[in-house]
Amino acid sequence: MTAVSFLLPLLLWCLFSYVPWLWHPKVEISEPGSVSYFKAGMLVDRELFNKETLKAQEASKVVPQGTPANPIYLPAPHEVGEAFYTAFTTPPKRRTEKWLHESLWDSVQVIFWGFFLSSLVGVPLGILAGTYDFFSRLFEPFIEFFRYLPAPAFGALAVAILGIHHAPKIAIIFIGTFFQQVLVIANTTRKLDPSLLEAAQTLGAKNKALLFRVVVPGVLPDLYRDMRILLGWAWTYLIVAELIGTSSGITWFITQQARYKNFDNVFAAIMIIGIIGLATDLLLAWLGKRMFPWQRQGAKA
Amino acid sequence: MKHLLDLPSYLEQDDEVRDRFDRLKKRPVALSVEHLGKEFETPQGTVTALQDINFKVHKREFVCVIGPSGCGKSTLIRILAGLESQTTGEVMLDGKAVHGPGPDRGMVFQGYTLFPWLTVKKNVMFGLEQSGHGKVAASDEARQWIDLVGLSKFENSYPHQLSGGMKQRVAIARALANQPRILLMDEPYGALDAQTRARMQAYLMEIWQNIDITILFITHDLDEAIYLADRILVLKAHPGEVQEIIEVPVPQPRSPEQLLSPEFLATKKRLEELIHPDQEEDGTNSDHLNMVRMVPVDHEVESVF
Repeated sequence: MTAVSFLLPLLLWCLFSYVPWLWHPKVEISEPGSVSYFKAGMLVDRELFNKETLKAQEASKVVPQGTPANPIYLPAPHEVGEAFYTAFTTPPKRRTEKWLHESLWDSVQVIFWGFFLSSLVGVPLGILAGTYDFFSRLFEPFIEFFRYLPAPAFGALAVAILGIHHAPKIAIIFIGTFFQQVLVIANTTRKLDPSLLEAAQTLGAKNKALLFRVVVPGVLPDLYRDMRILLGWAWTYLIVAELIGTSSGITWFITQQARYKNFDNVFAAIMIIGIIGLATDLLLAWLGKRMFPWQRQGAKA
Repeated sequence: MKHLLDLPSYLEQDDEVRDRFDRLKKRPVALSVEHLGKEFETPQGTVTALQDINFKVHKREFVCVIGPSGCGKSTLIRILAGLESQTTGEVMLDGKAVHGPGPDRGMVFQGYTLFPWLTVKKNVMFGLEQSGHGKVAASDEARQWIDLVGLSKFENSYPHQLSGGMKQRVAIARALANQPRILLMDEPYGALDAQTRARMQAYLMEIWQNIDITILFITHDLDEAIYLADRILVLKAHPGEVQEIIEVPVPQPRSPEQLLSPEFLATKKRLEELIHPDQEEDGTNSDHLNMVRMVPVDHEVESVF
């Protein structure tokens, strides 16, 4: 079924691309004929093409030839498929610009640092707030407020403070992730079965042992799952983050390619993001099963 | 209800049993509860869960606590374990007042409460490590306790791989490994099926006979209480008070055949009377549904009788 869920949209895309009478609002000129402003390879509206053809017929001039085509922003699957390869091999138009793989590497670095720094502070805070009422009341009201402030709104501020390179982008991802993270993890921690804490207390465990030997291992599998979801959100903030300051990374590549009307490359780049995201998630899921062998899987009671 | 059997009084004890109780009461007191009371604040006002509870448990005695639902038996055991605090009164363990949870009072919960991320052995080691045993010493000692409950083959399994009965045996081993002064058990077999429960009762009797341990056991199962206990503490509800402390006249050591002996049935009859008195006072008979006949008179099965 997983395969089918991917095949369905792909099939739809193929239909629109390869079946000439479906949609295809444009005509790609192969022979301009007598129409002076038509050129071979040009995309014109079908209506315009029909009008000019009719005009040429009435005037008994050479009729223009063309095939139905889709607008430039909907490349066919095979073109995008090729772009997956050619996007990596095409040198940048200017020498100062970056190759696709370099752009991707930039993006991955920004995501990593943003998410890592956020987790470094957010996870301990979340666990503390979820365990102790005191910390919950100390942190959560402010965080609850702050998480409603959209991270991109801090773009200009981040650039003013942190300069135009990677730092403000990492800051945006941090802001976008951190506040959600604390709240989500605090909630997860609160869901830990309180009777486990009671059992530990009757076995002689006190404050620190309770936190590190019961709460932390107890919430670890759920915490890990939260982190996987949060990492997905971090990717969303990446696109916004990369637009601020000097545009960089995969977003820069996409906007640049769109400017050159290489929409096959644009599609390929977007899909690469999806593939990286999905692959990381699958990898993390697989790792999770290894790391937490005590977790019941699926339907097993 | 008419009793078809002519039963002796539950107060009648044969010489051996009486002699045993005399000796039992001369043992030092392990746990004593004095004027214990507990009140909860609720939006509807103050609710008295427990009121003036007094009793003593002697060394190596097995005491069951029984009572109707809502009588506060769980609250009582949670106060004894230190998981809740009393409003009034004192809990004395070996003559010293106790406050807060501690390893001197082991607890076995109905929901097992094993740590799911630890193997059987590490679960049993948990308390030992908290009390300062080194890894190696704790591991050796844990092995012995696991062997004692017959789970050596499963020492590296995780709790989710075990059956309910096995989980509860691990929980007992985990509590005993700390060598507590008293073992508190809060309806430990409530979630087990009848066969497993009977087997677990036999295991517990065996453990109790061979280890220096005093047991306070909460249950709502009358047979279980009579079968296990030296004495039964019967609570009544609203407010939770001690109704009677019954000395079980069934001779020790116990065996399943005694479940049908006259002393056993006499005790059960008494417990039934204490826990399920006729409840006609509020005008409704809560033992019956508000049913009217919904079968037509010409139905092919006109009556079930």
